[in-house]
Amino acid sequence: MIFALDILAPYGFQFFRNGLVVATIAGALCGLLGVFVILRGMSYIGHGLSHAVFGGAAASAVIRVNYFLGAGIWGVVSGLLIARVARRRVIGADAAIGVVTTASFALGLALMNRYGQASKSIEAVLFGSVLGVKVADIYAVALVALLGLAVVVLGYRKLLFSTFDRDVAQVSNVRVSLVEAVLLAMISLTILVTMRVIGTLLISALLVIPAASARMTTNSFSRLLWISPIIGAVTCFVGMNLSYHLDTSASATIILLDALVFVVVYAVAGTRNRVKMASLGHL
Amino acid sequence: MRLNILSKTDNPLIVCEHVSCTYGNAPVLHDVYLKINRREFVGIVGPSGSGKTTLLKAIIGSQPVAHGSITIEPHLTIGYVPQVETVDWYFPVTVEEVIVMTRAKTKWWPRITTTERTAVREVLEKLGIADVAHRHIRELSGGQQQRVFLARAMFCQPDILVLDEPTSGVDVRTRHEILHLLADLHQDGLTILLTTHDLNGLAAHLPRLVCFNKTVLADGNPREVLTSQVLEATYGAPMEVLEHGGMPLVIDHGRVAMRGEGK
Repeated sequence: MIFALDILAPYGFQFFRNGLVVATIAGALCGLLGVFVILRGMSYIGHGLSHAVFGGAAASAVIRVNYFLGAGIWGVVSGLLIARVARRRVIGADAAIGVVTTASFALGLALMNRYGQASKSIEAVLFGSVLGVKVADIYAVALVALLGLAVVVLGYRKLLFSTFDRDVAQVSNVRVSLVEAVLLAMISLTILVTMRVIGTLLISALLVIPAASARMTTNSFSRLLWISPIIGAVTCFVGMNLSYHLDTSASATIILLDALVFVVVYAVAGTRNRVKMASLGHL
Repeated sequence: MRLNILSKTDNPLIVCEHVSCTYGNAPVLHDVYLKINRREFVGIVGPSGSGKTTLLKAIIGSQPVAHGSITIEPHLTIGYVPQVETVDWYFPVTVEEVIVMTRAKTKWWPRITTTERTAVREVLEKLGIADVAHRHIRELSGGQQQRVFLARAMFCQPDILVLDEPTSGVDVRTRHEILHLLADLHQDGLTILLTTHDLNGLAAHLPRLVCFNKTVLADGNPREVLTSQVLEATYGAPMEVLEHGGMPLVIDHGRVAMRGEGK
């Protein structure tokens, strides 16, 4: 009885309930987009773009522009800029991300140093803050999640085709560049609305780990699009609760939990494959 | 058989004129002239790094052209079969999903419909691999892999099939089957353009051959094209051409390359 009360204790706080809702939706959203991130080998992009958005957040804090507007425009522009730079093939996407996002991050840091009074909200952006979650954040995350779902459902075939086989998709009249731009814009938007909760520095993990865990459980693309968001949502939900009871940072707890899921799936999938291999031994 | 490339009933689907492409500063294609007519079966041969794949990509529109022009007949549907080595075989898709992909432009509904399922079955049956529809692409043999991507190209009922090295990495028997399959498709009226490095097993059997190394060095019937002068210009190494059973047989460095059991 006491145990049950203890478990429900954090739910008495408005900030916790808000944070929990945002984190859970964010987990599902990142899990969904993460499928494309890992299959396209763009894991570095989550990391890079969150740093780029940090620059935008710092800039908008300094010039006192609305965070969503300032960092949002910054994020989308960074995404398009990366796509643009990466199109020059001698450079490569990973280097393009490195150039665009580290410059943006450095700008954010410089602004933070120069105009110290804005540093509080900048720190919230860097490490995430459950306390800072407002109702507006819930709406923003829910809206982007719905948008992400719509993009994946309506663009399912185009996304799958251009992810699997870019050249042939292009020949089949799929506008591959547009598909890629939309995907990058979605990832930017996701980072924008979720980083106040789980933090810039750890968001890249949420764009990678649930999808990577899910990938080891299935060979089906459509099933992957279910399993990955579920892992993301559940780990965020449980991680938020744990962080309250263990008195640890919400973002760190969530990511550690995701890493734990990954390790378990990795071990189980490895054992299963070995058994499968052994049974094929006679071939 | 329609072999004559200079017939008066020319109906060009693709015309490349003075086409040049570059990677950075290095020219990959230089002043390429090539015309592909309807119902032709054309093979492009050349050493690796000679720009064969780049030429195909320029034709299908995924490689920008630096100079010159490529004219494609309006509303031409191209079925492209990439080199199997370039496919990500670990990607989580089944054979059926791979084939249905080509409808991405016209269909948005994520689930594969019953009509599509039937159409997939038909094309797989035609290629003799009806039983692999629900397999993951990694669980296929080399010949099946090639056929799956051929099936995908066939699925959108193309006017022309463009294949990059369709017999690379497959055994002699599979190569033979693929060659027969392509010959049948050609017989049914399909235009086919392919690249190959397999001179005796594949190229010598085609009605028209283009020897290629950054540019077109020779173009015509294998009997005319497969000469030691042309091959030396193409490959930069001395090669001898014999005749065997009415077919040219290329010998390089004194080592007899196995010729496919002729038709």
